[in-house]
Amino acid sequence: MMIHEDLRPADGDPYLLDVNDLVVHFRAGRKRLWDKPSFVHAVDGVSFRVKRGTTFGIVGESGSGKSTTAQAIMRLVQATSGQVVFRGEDIMPLTGEPLRKARKHLQIVFQDPFSALDPRRRAGDQIREPLDLLEIGNRSERDARVRKLLAEVGLPPEAADLFPHQFSGGQRQRLCIARALAPEPELIVCDEAVSALDVAIQAQILNLLKKLQRERGLTYIFISHDLGVIQQFCDEIAVMYLGKIAEQAPASALFTAPRHPYTWSLVSAAVPPGPLRDELKAKYLVKGEPPSPVDPPPGCRFAQRCPFAEARCREELPFLDATGHEHYVACHRKDEIGVPDFTPRPVSGPIG
Amino acid sequence: MTPVLSVENLSVSMTNRDGDLVPVLENLSFNIDKGRTIALVGESGCGKSMTALAIMRLLPEGFVITGGRIVLDGEDLLAARPKRMRALRGDAMSMVFQEPMTALNPLYTVGDQIAEVLYYHRRLSRKDAAEQAVQFLKAVQIPAAEQRAKAYPHQMSGGMRQRVMIAMALACRPKLLIADEPTTALDVTVQAQIFDLLAQLQDETETAIVLITHDLGAVAELADEIAVLYAGRCIETGPAHEIAARPRHPYTRGLLGCVPHLAVGVAKPEVWTDLGEIPGMVPGLGNRGPDCAFLARCANASELCRSKPQPPLGHVEAGHAVSCWRAEEIAA
Repeated sequence: MMIHEDLRPADGDPYLLDVNDLVVHFRAGRKRLWDKPSFVHAVDGVSFRVKRGTTFGIVGESGSGKSTTAQAIMRLVQATSGQVVFRGEDIMPLTGEPLRKARKHLQIVFQDPFSALDPRRRAGDQIREPLDLLEIGNRSERDARVRKLLAEVGLPPEAADLFPHQFSGGQRQRLCIARALAPEPELIVCDEAVSALDVAIQAQILNLLKKLQRERGLTYIFISHDLGVIQQFCDEIAVMYLGKIAEQAPASALFTAPRHPYTWSLVSAAVPPGPLRDELKAKYLVKGEPPSPVDPPPGCRFAQRCPFAEARCREELPFLDATGHEHYVACHRKDEIGVPDFTPRPVSGPIG
Repeated sequence: MTPVLSVENLSVSMTNRDGDLVPVLENLSFNIDKGRTIALVGESGCGKSMTALAIMRLLPEGFVITGGRIVLDGEDLLAARPKRMRALRGDAMSMVFQEPMTALNPLYTVGDQIAEVLYYHRRLSRKDAAEQAVQFLKAVQIPAAEQRAKAYPHQMSGGMRQRVMIAMALACRPKLLIADEPTTALDVTVQAQIFDLLAQLQDETETAIVLITHDLGAVAELADEIAVLYAGRCIETGPAHEIAARPRHPYTRGLLGCVPHLAVGVAKPEVWTDLGEIPGMVPGLGNRGPDCAFLARCANASELCRSKPQPPLGHVEAGHAVSCWRAEEIAA
């Protein structure tokens, strides 16, 4: 993993973000009037650290809590408990002016560029808005910055005077990226930022994000459900399931020797067609869908669907333990069940 | 064997604000045999969904079929009267849409919605239709089918709703099923389950499937044939494995190259290499000239391409046809 030397602070701390035991519970009402209210355990004790200049990927199915994690870090939803240390400061207790200042360095790009832009305001004004709000530069400097940002994301200067409906989906996502870049943040959260785009446009946006990362030494938290994109785009990856991290590892380790049965299931669904896919799907693809995150039962969150679960898994919550260099897995039976053989299988005949 | 569905030179146009006809689909042709699957692939705006809606005769207002033939099991659909079309839809031909939440009626239980198809087309009694509906929910592997039949769509997850849609579409054992991006709104593990389910049900019912998708990589498994659409024109067609292994058209190659596929068991390269990208975007309706529609985005375009009209679909191998002036050179 490359760390931009110039971005490393004087004290040598390589981590830009340190998320510590983050919990987000939403109240889900009660079954009967006098019952205790039930809670959606959207994020249930998530901890990870993100190195400067790298991309941290979060992958999981809908309802796994990946977006809620991102929004809690952004302070867009209120965390129930936990710490988020950003640039050496816990930003969870911040309010008012200090929070606004911290957000200058912390930006987000959403999935749907259609609803993320104001339909009644010109593109240039929307990119300029963070500069106005954060009082960065004077008037002419801000205008110049908007033009520069448009060029950086590959849009012509005339784009500033157009309205969002005059752009295609890919161009709108470029506008959202330009707006996120405007206050020169250190961390950008990309919440399914390419999922709504056509494959050809998706490649354009991913290439653009990488270019910007190289040029500006940006740090990304990249959330996606697409394992192919996650593998290629991210340096380190956390696999989330029902509000918890099931496995976390550098990209290479995660896809050569994944340790968690849930990761195996995800991988087997995403491997390109061929003999390996057929074999993995038959052995590891789990049936059904994740259970409800409302008041989950004790024990491992994956136990209900896990083909390797035993009594202990249903009763006792596994911790996220280190199993290798920067490789962590939350599974009671990790040492017994081993690692499947993921090497490519010999191909017989034409594969489709 | 006569094909179940035969689409010949289908052309669809849209009336724009000035009252002019703007081509949406141009001279599209394909056939599907019983029990086979054809995938229509392309980016948004290429005409995939319009093809599906044209076959179902459900084109939105302002869109008209300007030429060609659509023949379902010997019957010319373009000559069919509205009453006949209503009898065919849901019976001989049916459709699964991308978003199961908007396609299901929120006010009726899923059991009632499946039963309605049988009640209407098969003239079953309410009671028999309801019993059959439960059987179909079992066939699409919904656990506790008797109870789930009484559930409303909002009580089910996205994957469950899509299973209900499939059960409803297959209730009358249609000859033709059109699946318009049936898994796009679903999670990856659920996607794999839905594809498996479709393949298994197809084995049992011998339904011909038109699968619409933007992900060329994902369809190779389920499809027998692929037709790649670009700007309303078919630019490459052939057997799925042939197109996946030896794509000829620069657009098809671009589509295959720009998807980052998961590679397991091999170490990831340390440095990022840019994904192959297709610059620009699909030309909008009304901006499509007589020349090759892909010209502006094509890295292989030559003077020859600029001076000629849209190339015809020429056969490069048995069953594999490409619409490109330079197909021969590119393959070499």
